[in-house]
Order: sequence, then structure tokens, then C-alpha cells
Amino acid sequence: MGAASSAFISIAFHGLAYAMVLYLVSVGLSVTMGLMGFVNLAHGVFAAAGGYVMTRLMNGYGVPFPLAVIAAFVVVGAGSVIVERLLYRRLYGGDELSQVLLSIGIIFMSVATAKYLWGPLAQPMQPPPYLSGQLDLGFRSFPAYRSFLIVCGAVLVALLWLGLERTRFGARIRAAVDNGRMAQSIGINTSALFTATFALGSGLAALGGALGAEILAIDPGYPLEHLIYFLIVVAVGGLGSIRGPFFAALLLGVADTGFKYLLPEFGAFFIYALTLALLLWRPRGLFGRA
Amino acid sequence: MGAAAMTFALETRALRKSFGALAVASDIDFRLERGARHALIGPNGAGKTTFVNLVTGALRPSSGAILLGGEDVTALPQAQRVKRGLARTFQINTLFRGLSVIENVCLAIGERLGVAGDLYRPAGSRRDVVESAYAMLERLGLADDAPRRVRELPYGRQRLVELAVALGLDPKVLLLDEPAAGVPSSETGTIIEVIEKLPADLALLIIEHDMDLIFRLARRITVLVQGAVLIEGSPQEISRDPRVREVYLGEQAHT
Amino acid sequence: MTSEAVAQSRGAAAVEALSRRHRLRLIELLPWLAAAAAFFLFPDYLPLGAQILVNILFALSLDLILGYAGIVTLGHAAFFGVGAYTAGLLAAHGWGEPISGLVVAGLVASIVGLASGAIILRTSGLTLLMLTLMIAVMLQEAANKAGSVTGGADGLQGMKVWPVLGLFHFDLFGRTAYLYCVAVVFLGWLAARRLVHSPFGRTLTGIRESEARMHAIGSPVFRRRLTIYTIAAGMAGIAGALLAQTTQFVGLEVLSFERSGTILIMLIIGGVGRLYGAFLGVPLFMIAQDRFAQIDPVYWDFWIGLLLLLVVIFARGGILGLYEALTRRWARRP
Repeated sequence: MGAASSAFISIAFHGLAYAMVLYLVSVGLSVTMGLMGFVNLAHGVFAAAGGYVMTRLMNGYGVPFPLAVIAAFVVVGAGSVIVERLLYRRLYGGDELSQVLLSIGIIFMSVATAKYLWGPLAQPMQPPPYLSGQLDLGFRSFPAYRSFLIVCGAVLVALLWLGLERTRFGARIRAAVDNGRMAQSIGINTSALFTATFALGSGLAALGGALGAEILAIDPGYPLEHLIYFLIVVAVGGLGSIRGPFFAALLLGVADTGFKYLLPEFGAFFIYALTLALLLWRPRGLFGRA
Repeated sequence: MGAAAMTFALETRALRKSFGALAVASDIDFRLERGARHALIGPNGAGKTTFVNLVTGALRPSSGAILLGGEDVTALPQAQRVKRGLARTFQINTLFRGLSVIENVCLAIGERLGVAGDLYRPAGSRRDVVESAYAMLERLGLADDAPRRVRELPYGRQRLVELAVALGLDPKVLLLDEPAAGVPSSETGTIIEVIEKLPADLALLIIEHDMDLIFRLARRITVLVQGAVLIEGSPQEISRDPRVREVYLGEQAHT
Repeated sequence: MTSEAVAQSRGAAAVEALSRRHRLRLIELLPWLAAAAAFFLFPDYLPLGAQILVNILFALSLDLILGYAGIVTLGHAAFFGVGAYTAGLLAAHGWGEPISGLVVAGLVASIVGLASGAIILRTSGLTLLMLTLMIAVMLQEAANKAGSVTGGADGLQGMKVWPVLGLFHFDLFGRTAYLYCVAVVFLGWLAARRLVHSPFGRTLTGIRESEARMHAIGSPVFRRRLTIYTIAAGMAGIAGALLAQTTQFVGLEVLSFERSGTILIMLIIGGVGRLYGAFLGVPLFMIAQDRFAQIDPVYWDFWIGLLLLLVVIFARGGILGLYEALTRRWARRP
């Protein structure tokens, strides 16, 4: 295997794994922002929460990996309902500044809480033995966990897309995103829909945070550290879109991995420049509504 | 006369606007003469406000041309069209609610006189702007409300402020989008009086549903249905036309 | 009196009433009395005082675009940082004259503001927010990686700032620095006040209240926004330069999201769009931070987050907003 193509495959592989995590976390943000029009900078909090639930259950109570992951999804999804009813709901249709400030406040409180409860260091994450080590595909071997992540991510994405296209719930979401007032006039209970969508989005973020803990370490500063990348995925992908963030995440994941590998002295500068250019070219995102 | 009579205050040629497959304006040829008193009517959703948005530049047309005083303004942004004498009111009050009534009008007059961008002098120091604004408010019976914040006024009075702001621009073409909408019938009298007293050389287009108002004010009527002009004529011609009746009767049958 | 004369006098009264709104009121001098008093009453806290003044100027510049023009930005630190590094680089490379350093820093920051604003102010909503963030974060990355010029993560070393006006050395107690800051911020306040009470300032309020209406009265909205964005960028740059000159150091954090966020929080607590929110929010926040954040930074973050939530939900206008609401209720008493 030539060195160049080997590097290329490495970048593609790790970039894809990274993209899966980014997508799982960000897709919920895209839908809720498109649906409720709420600028929620605190979305990363739910991803971090998912990561904490999983790692604490596994490390502190010996809960097996699959159970811990599901628990992360359920606990954070349910918990997000409380946050939505208590806080977010008050500012739907409100001005952008208030929404930004509310999310910043939530970030501060959760960062402090995480630091207080679990300390400032990253939570150790050990994948279960059957997902550790290397996966030998003949021509090359890949880290087993990341391969799992890619497969798992793909399955979840497929389920999500199917769910949105085929189920009534999905149809309601799509209708409400396209035209909220009209959706309300044909009897869609937008209030309940918002809460359910918020819960689903937060649950997915929790899944992304939990599954992706090996790539994006779970520490108190998680929601702030990765905020910019989550926002890039959503803004470049297009608010309210399901597919858009997927391609944006792919682009970002592979580009970021590629730059780190090939041009480390430039850091994320080119990523930001690329985002700037893309947003100026397509202000609504690649797949956003006009 | 001669050549001057050929130039219309406002004209649209083959104006079209679609959102994807939905056509909200189809081939609209429209002419407004100087000093016109013209009404635009049609059922809900006919595209009347869309038409106004296209003419003022708030919405960009898919194709067609818009001419103001004979000059093609299709490519010009909103603010530029205002500078050429086009003014409008909105169907729902669109005012600076936190500012006082007189400040609202001052802003319009200030923009018209080109002094609104002054970074240095204290606002309100230009006597000509404030006095013009005050005179305008007196004409509309709003003088007592001058220092009050717009959001404190009842909706009907706010509607008058909306009118004052548009008039403060000293327009040649004025588009009124349902000026009496949301106003209790006891107060519509003031609005009608004001409209009747507008300068004779001002070209006026009113969108309205209130037929009494239209018959009182309009000399010509255009009927718009589903984004296309159905018919245009004098109030008598329109009221006798069977197609118009069908459109309105049909609407009434559904309600 | 004839009816015409009555109308004339009422018109004149209207002019008078409107002018009176914009005249200087005595209470507006309070911050400066406080600043002067602090110099004599708290001689050990002058370095903190200088920091507070720097942030007041920074917050004031943010208020101009956020509170008056309604542009929500998460990257205002970009201009602060540009100003800081400009002044810092000048002082580190042989030109330590402070006042000219300030002026150059302000100019450079306004050019960056003009250039970035011209590109991004055509957008709105989330896109605009993202673009402001991108600009700041790009500059921070650039400063980080251009370590040979900026000192990178270690910060800019070797600044040598000359005495102000050739006479006043920057002393160890921070007296010169403090008075220097008072003078600069005072000038900044004068400029901001002039701006806000000018016809231009009123159009900014108009743009914030109803952009649709502004377009419909022929206002060149984009140009107005770009103008205030450029001016605010310059002011933020001067604030950054002040910081650099008074601490003789520039670190990467001057360009950070933390700085953009913190100044936003300080302004919100004081009250946006009322000119004096900066003068209330910044000292309160920074003094409280000086007292409590050292004890336990975790508690500090938590309570600030909670405070932010409460302000947003119950008192969006901050302290000044509450004050206004109270005086209005007081005035309405029978």
C-alpha cells in the first residue's frame, strides 16, 4: 500500500468516524433550530450529559456498555423535557439575543455543575473488550471501536431518515418546519411536537456524546470546546434540514482530520475560512430553505 | 401636455412572481396616472399585498418591469424607490413602537431631507424637521399625542401615525394597504377625511375591502384574483360586472 | 392669540421638548464623580479600576452595535484583540508612545470592522451570528499560529510603553494607568453619547425597532449599520490597546470567545441599549468577580449562569431596565 493512499484511507476513516459523532450530536440542533427558531448554543450540554451518564454508569457501577448507552439516551432525553418546559419554552418567538443569553447561562451552569460533581478531568472511556483492538479487513486493519462507531452511526442515520420520511411524527415535524402557522391551522399540536422533537434531538445528542466519548472526550468544558463545530455543522448544513448537516458533518470531519494530519501548523484556520466562504455563498446553508 | 401625459406615475409591465410552482403574480400590467384615485380589490389571498411588496421593492419579481415616473426602477432597492417619491403604509402597523409619535414622523422627514445620517448634532435640534413633523401631526389630529410612545396609543390612532409617516415622505405615489383595517368604525371617519384631503397631483392606490370607502374615494378600480388582473374600470362598471360578483359571491358562499 | 400663533407656539414647544430629551442631565456625570472618588478612596485598587474602565469602554462599543443597531455578535473580541495586538506590537518594536499607539490601534480595528462588516452585514440571524464568531475565531487561530510575531500562546513580550504626554510614567501603583484610562474612556463616552443622541443614533434605534419601516422610509439601512459597526470596532480596538498599554502584555485571550461572552454578560446585567448599562454592569461584575471568583471559580460560573437565566427571563433590560420599570410604576401612582 502506498504511503499516500494509506494516509488517504486513514484520513477518510477517522474523518468519517468523527463526522458520525458530529452529525449525531448536531442533527437534533438543526431540527430544533429549524422548528422552534431557537438559537440554542447549549445543545452540547446534552451531548456531554449523555457522555457523563454512560461513563459514570460504566466506570462507577459496572453497567455494561449497550445498557449504559441506552440509559444515556433515555435519561438525557427525558431530562431535556424538563429543561424545555421550564426554560426554553418561555423564549420561543423571542428575540435572538435573549435566546443566545439563555443558552450561555445554561452552559455556564452545566459546566460548573459537571466540574463540581465529577472534577475537571476527562472521564476515562474504555470500550468493551468485544469492541476493542483492531478490526482486520485483509488489506488493512482499523481500530475496532471506530469501525463500530461508523456502522452504528450509519444505522442510526438510516433509522432517522426513514423515521422522518415514513412516520406520522416525522411528517408532522416536516410540516411544522416548512410552515409553522399552517401546520397549526391543520391541527398539529405544535407545543407537544416541539417538546417531543426537543427530547428526540437531545437524546440523539446524548447518543452522539456517549458513543463518541472516545473521540470527543467527556470533560466539563465539552459544551464550549465543541460548540463552534456543532454550530458549523448546522449553519453550513442548513437549519431544519436532516440531510444537510450530514454532508456538512462529513465535510467538516474529513477536512478537520485531513488538516490536522497534513497541515497541523495551520490549525483550524482553514476550517473557519472555509465555513466563512460557504456561509457567504449560501447563507441558508447547503440544504437550507430559501 | 403631450409627452408628459404619456408618463405614468407608476407602471408595471408583465410583472410576475412565483415561489416555486406557486404563482402569486401573473403578468400584471398596471398603470397609475398622476393624481389618480385608484383602488385595488380582490378576495383574500389574491396577491394584493404581494403586488405592493413587488412595487415597493420589498420583494423581487421573477420577471417584468416596474416604472416610477417613467423611470425603470426594477433593479433598485426599496430605499432608492422611496427617494424617487414612492411611499407605502403597511397592512399591520409597522412603526417604531418604542419611539414617540413625533419622533416616528421626524425619522421619515429626516430621511427625506437627507439629514437623518448626521452623526454629530443633537437629534431634535433641526427646527425645520420637528416643525414639519408637528404640522403633519396637526393635519391628522395627532398633535396631542405627539410626545407619547406609539405603543401606548390605541390601534386606530396608531393607524393614523402610520399614515403620517408615509405622508412625511412627501410622496408622488402613495400605496395604502388597507388603511382602515383594524380601526373601529367610529374612527374611520378621520382616516377617510385625511385621504380625501390629499394633494390632487398625488397618485394614490388603495387596497381595501370596505366597499363604501372604495366607492367614496376611488375613481378607478382594479380587481385582482389569484395574482392576475381580472378587470379594470370605473366603480360603476366594476359593480355591474358579473364576473366580479361571482368572485365575491363565491367567496361569500364559502364563509 | 390667533390660531396660527397657537399652532406656532405648540410647534415650538414640541421642538423644545424633543431637544430637552437629548440634553445632558446631571445624573449622567455620576460615573465620572465615582471614578474620581475611587482614585482617592481606593488607592490600592487602581489596577483593578483601570481594568474596569477598559471593559467599560469595550462594553460601550458593544452596546452601540447590540443595543442600538440590534446586531447580535459573538465575536466582538476580534476588534478588541486587534487593537491590543496593534498597540502591543508597536510598543514591542520600538514605538511606545501611548496616545499615538491608541489612535493607530483604533484605526486598524476600524478597518478590520469595515472590511468584515461590509462582507457579513448583508446576512442576518444565525448566519450573521456564525460569521461574527468565525471572524473572531479565525483571528485567534492566526494569532496563535503566527507565534513569531505575536508570541503565540505565551503572549506578546517585551512591550515598552513610554510616559503619557512624555510626562507621566506608568508607575507601580497604577496611578498613571488609572488616570490615563479615565481620560480615554471619558472621551469615548463623550463620542458615544454624541452619536446616540444624534439623528444617526435615532435611525439606529429605528433599525432596531422596525427594519421594514426603515427601508420603507428610504433609509440606507446597510450603510448605517456598517457605519456603526466600524465605529464600534474602532472603539473596541482602543479599549484593547488601553489594556495592552496598561498591563504591558497581550495574551491570546484578548481574541477569545470567553472575552466576547463575558463582555456581553456584563452589558446585559447593566442593561442594553441605554448607554449606561456598561457603567453599571461592568464594575458590578468585575468587583464581584474579584471578590468571589478567587474563592471558588466553580461557584462563580454557576451563579453567573443562574443570574443570566434570571435576567433573561425576568429582567431583560438589566438593572437599568428594572429601574425604568420602577420609575414608570412610581409615576403612574394616583
